[in-house]
Formats: sequence, structure tokens, C-alpha cells
Amino acid sequence: MSDLSGSMNETQEKFAPATPLNPRHRAILVGASVGLGAALARKLANEGYSLALVSRQKEKLDALCAEINQAAGEMRAAAYIHDVKNYDEVPDLLRKMVADLGGLDTFIFSAGINLPPGGIDKYNFEYDRQMVEVNLIGAMAWLTPVAEMFQSAKRGQIVGIGSVAGDRGRVGNPGYNTSKAGLHTFLEALRNRLTRHGVNVLTVKPGFMKTDMLKAAQGGTPLAIEPEKAASDIYKAMQKRRQTVYTLFLWQYIMLVIRHIPSFIFRRLSF
Amino acid sequence: MLNTFTQLENFGHSLKSPAYLIQPKTSEDIYEAFRLAKKLGLTVTARGGGRSYNDAALNAGGIVLDTSGMNQITSWDSATGLVRCEPGVTLEMLWHKVLPDGWWPPVVSGTMFTTLGGCLSANIHGKNNFKMGTIGEHVVEFTAVLPTGAEVTCSPKLNGDLFYSMISGLGMLGIFTSVTLQMKHIYSGLIEVNAWPTSTLKQQLHDLEENAPNYDYIVGWLDTIQTQHGQIHAATSLKEGDDPEAAKTVQLNYQQLPDRLFGVMPKSLLHYFMTPFGNNFLWGLVNTAKYVSALRKHTFRQSHAAFHFLLDYVPFWELSYGRGGLIQYQSFLPKETALPAWTEMLSFAKKRGLPSYLGVTKRHRPDKFLLTHALDGFSLAMDFKVTDRNRAELSKVIQEYDRIVLEHGGRFYFAKNSETTAETALAFYGEETVDKFKKLKKRCDPNGLLESDLYRRIFG
Repeated sequence: MSDLSGSMNETQEKFAPATPLNPRHRAILVGASVGLGAALARKLANEGYSLALVSRQKEKLDALCAEINQAAGEMRAAAYIHDVKNYDEVPDLLRKMVADLGGLDTFIFSAGINLPPGGIDKYNFEYDRQMVEVNLIGAMAWLTPVAEMFQSAKRGQIVGIGSVAGDRGRVGNPGYNTSKAGLHTFLEALRNRLTRHGVNVLTVKPGFMKTDMLKAAQGGTPLAIEPEKAASDIYKAMQKRRQTVYTLFLWQYIMLVIRHIPSFIFRRLSF
Repeated sequence: MLNTFTQLENFGHSLKSPAYLIQPKTSEDIYEAFRLAKKLGLTVTARGGGRSYNDAALNAGGIVLDTSGMNQITSWDSATGLVRCEPGVTLEMLWHKVLPDGWWPPVVSGTMFTTLGGCLSANIHGKNNFKMGTIGEHVVEFTAVLPTGAEVTCSPKLNGDLFYSMISGLGMLGIFTSVTLQMKHIYSGLIEVNAWPTSTLKQQLHDLEENAPNYDYIVGWLDTIQTQHGQIHAATSLKEGDDPEAAKTVQLNYQQLPDRLFGVMPKSLLHYFMTPFGNNFLWGLVNTAKYVSALRKHTFRQSHAAFHFLLDYVPFWELSYGRGGLIQYQSFLPKETALPAWTEMLSFAKKRGLPSYLGVTKRHRPDKFLLTHALDGFSLAMDFKVTDRNRAELSKVIQEYDRIVLEHGGRFYFAKNSETTAETALAFYGEETVDKFKKLKKRCDPNGLLESDLYRRIFG
């Protein structure tokens, strides 16, 4: 088991108690240290959320928490070190974070890796397995107890960061496509189960973003946006309790077209 | 094992606090919950009727023990008036049991849906605090399970330090498993009420102090929006022979609160119609109408239930405050400083445009319990509607109130106040009291298993 204590216990700092006149939104963000996750953490902290941030990268996560808490002038973010592939750690860590936060309103799964095989005629099972283990099974390991919790409380919001890459299987990175398509389907199934219990499930499908992951993109990267822009779109969609959101919004139309390209044509394309 | 994650709220519906709910039936179940909490690294809070206006019975992200299933009245002696109850017995169950035999609980809250466990933890007072003290003064004995697993029996003589600290201890030392209470003898199901108007806060406090010794109960109602007009209700229990129909009036069917308004509208729907009154102007009209209705001093008799349980008159009244719910602010001030303090507070709120819709005043006396809220003076309880728009402003008003109350040597009550900070709590309890409480806490709960949202807020 990795270090479950996180930096909360080391610093002995605590989140401000929620009172009727100072209500707190409480969120867990898994995959928070870099890229979109970090941008979302900053955005939500800025909106007054109390955040439990999860990542395996301790230095980066601690620095992010320090930055957020300093900017807010109070405790808004706490760090929890965890590798999403350590599935067995999840129930204990989740319980600890919910106790530290004083409840849970929103759960965001933003952890993801993208390991391209290196060409449209190359195969790499090891990479594919890792992507599925993090992007899909990691998400399922977290979302299952979270869904149970929200279903029981009849309240809450789940946000899963998918990808436009999950909308079709393409030549460039079959493993990544599969992991994200699986995540979309899992989120959809949770949505169908949980809406009747008052829980909102939001599937986010970002296009290209100017993060480290952009390097993994095969070929061109049109419409690449800053992660801050994506974070802002996601926050709006959370507020409106939407079901699915593309960011940029334009991707909704692009993917509408791509999803309808018939197979006899799609097979011959090289993107 | 913990698949009961439940969204819990305070009485005013202004707090949402999810927790793992466990419903114990026995002392062993309670100890089992402590063991589970220790194993999982969680904390535990007991919850009874959920009628605290604040976070006393909430434990966000932890375990909440819903004791409402431990609700047996295990013995009742109609000759001596001694009753032994499990902690989940509500005041409603209690008076239903004892009234037909000519007894009444010595101290009751404004709603009958509070449980004895909660009543002892907050050490509640009623409209007779100046005469009968708090409920703790009528507890003959109680038993409780400590987080260590020890089951203790306490009375003023036996384990006196625990007796005087667990009652008023906000449920943070142990969990009550049985309570033995002395009931008060009554000779009628009716109570004689005198009502008269008061035109200023000064007059109201004067009348409360002057008249209290002549009555069994006294309570004032104050229009805190504009006028400081008010009304006093003072009541005396009837003596033997005063009520020729006593045998009839002590029957339960004589006491029931009417469930329909004007004989037509079900009262369970009434709160919907009250919602539009949630603004200063219309509540002002309501207050004025109420004042005018009692311009003449008059005397009437009403049932005990009708006199005591005003909050139960309109079921779900607390929902009429809308989505943001309400908070209660109750301050206790020595009789010398009450008038200047509340005058300053009321004018401050008026200036900010955030008056309370309803003010209730009572007369109090000090007691010996460790975390006591009472003193020789008065209390003023006020309701505030909470909305997304007024939160920040209301928060400033409440902070200013806390400052004024502290400055005038006042105290607070943790069945009500939801915003009090740790600094404020330390200031009015005093370091000595807090140290003493923390030492007892360490002794009863060495692993710190008992924690509520309230505990973290005021002692955290």
C-alpha cells in the first residue's frame, strides 16, 4: 500500500467547517497533478470548493496544493498520493478523503495516460494494457464505490474525463480508443443507473489540449486549446448538470460527422 | 458493511451533511459501532430526533448512530413519577405515557419530537428555566456507553463529574443508553395562560423579570423586524380542584393538536402557503396582526400540548423558509446587560436590512452543568432565513452579534447556534471549562472516536 496519510496528516491542517452561512462544495479529483486535472483543481478551488486531490506524483501535487491554498488564503486542497493501478487501496482512501472533506458532492476522474504504439502498423500490447489499466479499470475501481455512495445518499455528481478518441476506433492508437470508449460506456451505464437516484453523471470529451499528452497525438493537432479553457467548460457543464460535453464545443459537430462515416470509407482513412 | 451513506440535514434544512447511518438497538450495537469506527479510522456521533438547528447531530463523512430505534419506556411508576427510558424516546412518547396518570415532563422543548438522548446532550431548557432549571436537573440517573466500551451509571452522587459533564456534553463523552427522569405532578390537562402586550424591548425584559416569580412558565415574543412590539405569555399549572373536568382533560385525545386549519385545510400543506411570507414586509404584517390581537390583557386556558409545542403547530413549518433553510441565533445575556446588547444587535440588523422574522425571549437561571448555556438573565432566540444572496451579509451580521454578546458577558446554546467559531466558544466557556471538558474527553474517549460537525467547529 502506498502512503495513505497524504499531506493532510503531516500538516495537521483541516478544511474549514461547513456552516449554513459558509456552505462548502466538496470534491475529489483523481489525476490532479498535471494538465487538465491541475487546471480543474485551480478552477474549482477558485470557485470555493474544498478539494481532495489524488495523484501518484507527490512533488507536483504538493506544489499544486500549496499554490492553491496560498492563493485562497485558507485550506482548499489536500494531497493524497495514490497510483490508480493500486485498485485495492481505493475503498479505504475514498472513505478517508470523504471524512477529511466532510462529505462529498462531486467526484472527478481525470487520470489518464496515452501511450501510442508508434505508427499505424505498429502494435504494443504492454502499452495497451497499461492504458486500459489506468484509463478504464482505474476509473471503474473508483467509480464503483463512489456510485454506491452517491446512490445511497441520493445525491452527487460524477464527472469522467473521456476523449473524442473514444468515439470511434481509429488506426492511430487502438488501445487508447478502447480505453476511452470503455470509459464512455461505463459512464453511460452509471448515468442510466444513477439518474433515478438524483445523481448526475457527466461525460467530458476533450479534443486536443496543450498539455504533455499532446505529444502522444498521432499526426496533426487541430483546435488545440489551453487546459484552463477546458476546465472552464467543464465547470459550466457541471453547474448545468449536463450529460455530455465536448471541449471545444465544436468537437461535438466534428465527431457527429466522424461517428457517421461509414465503415467502408473509414477503413481506408489514415487518421 | 457501511452501505448506508445518507444525506442528513439539520432541523432548519440549512446544512447538508452525508454520513454512514447505523441504527443501534442495544448497548452492544453502540459498542460495535465504536469498534468499527476505530477499525476504519472514522468518527461517531449520536443522532436522535434531528431537531438541532445546527450541526450537533451531524458528522459529515463519518458514522451517525440513529438512536431513534432505542425508544422503549422501560419502567413507569405512576405513584412516584419516576420514568426510565431508552435514549430514543421522544418527548411526545413520554408525555403520552405519563399525562393520563397526572404527570408531565418537568422541562420540554418547543417541539415534542426531540429525544431524551438529545435533550440531555444539549441540556435543554423550557419556558420554565427560571424556576425548574434545565432538564438535567430532573435526571435521577442515567447509563451511557463510553467509546472505551465501558458502561457507566451516573447520578448527582455516583460519578458526579460525568453526570454534570455528559449532560450538556453535546454527546462527545459517551452515548446515553437509559435515562431515569422525575416527572412533575399536574392536576389538569389544562394550563392557565395570561397574555399581555409589551411595547418595547425594555418593557418586555422588565415584565419577564418582574412576573416570572409569580408564574410557572413565561415567554415573550418580540417583533424584531421594525417595532419591538411584543407579547408575553405567562402560565400557571392548575391546582387540585381548579379544573372540574380534570379526568377528561388529561386524556390524550383532549391534547391532540388540531391537524386541520379552520377545520378544512390539512395543516401538513400549510407550509406551502407560508413560503410567500418569507420577506420582511409580509412577516412585518403578520407580526403586527399578532400584536394587535393581544392588545388587551386576557386570560385563557389551553392544553399542555398546545401551550408547550408551538413548533409542532404547523408541521414542516421549517420548510417554508425555502431552499436555503433557516438558522437560529440564540444569545443568553446577564439581566444587567441584556437591554443594551440586544438594542445594539437589533438596530445593527435593521441597518443591514437583515432583521429576524421572529424573536422569542425567556427568563433563565444558572445551573451546575459543565458546558452550561444558562445564566441569571434572559435569552433572545431569532430565526433568519438563509438564501444564496444573503449568506455573505448575514454572516457579517452574525459575526457582529457574536462580538456584541461576548462583550456583554453573554453565552450561546449549541442546540441552536450554527455559526459560532472555536474562538468564540473558548471565550464564553472560559479556558478552565474547556480544559476540564477536554480532560474528561480524553478519559472517556482516549481515541477521539466521538466527533460531530459541531465538535469540530467549536473545539476543533
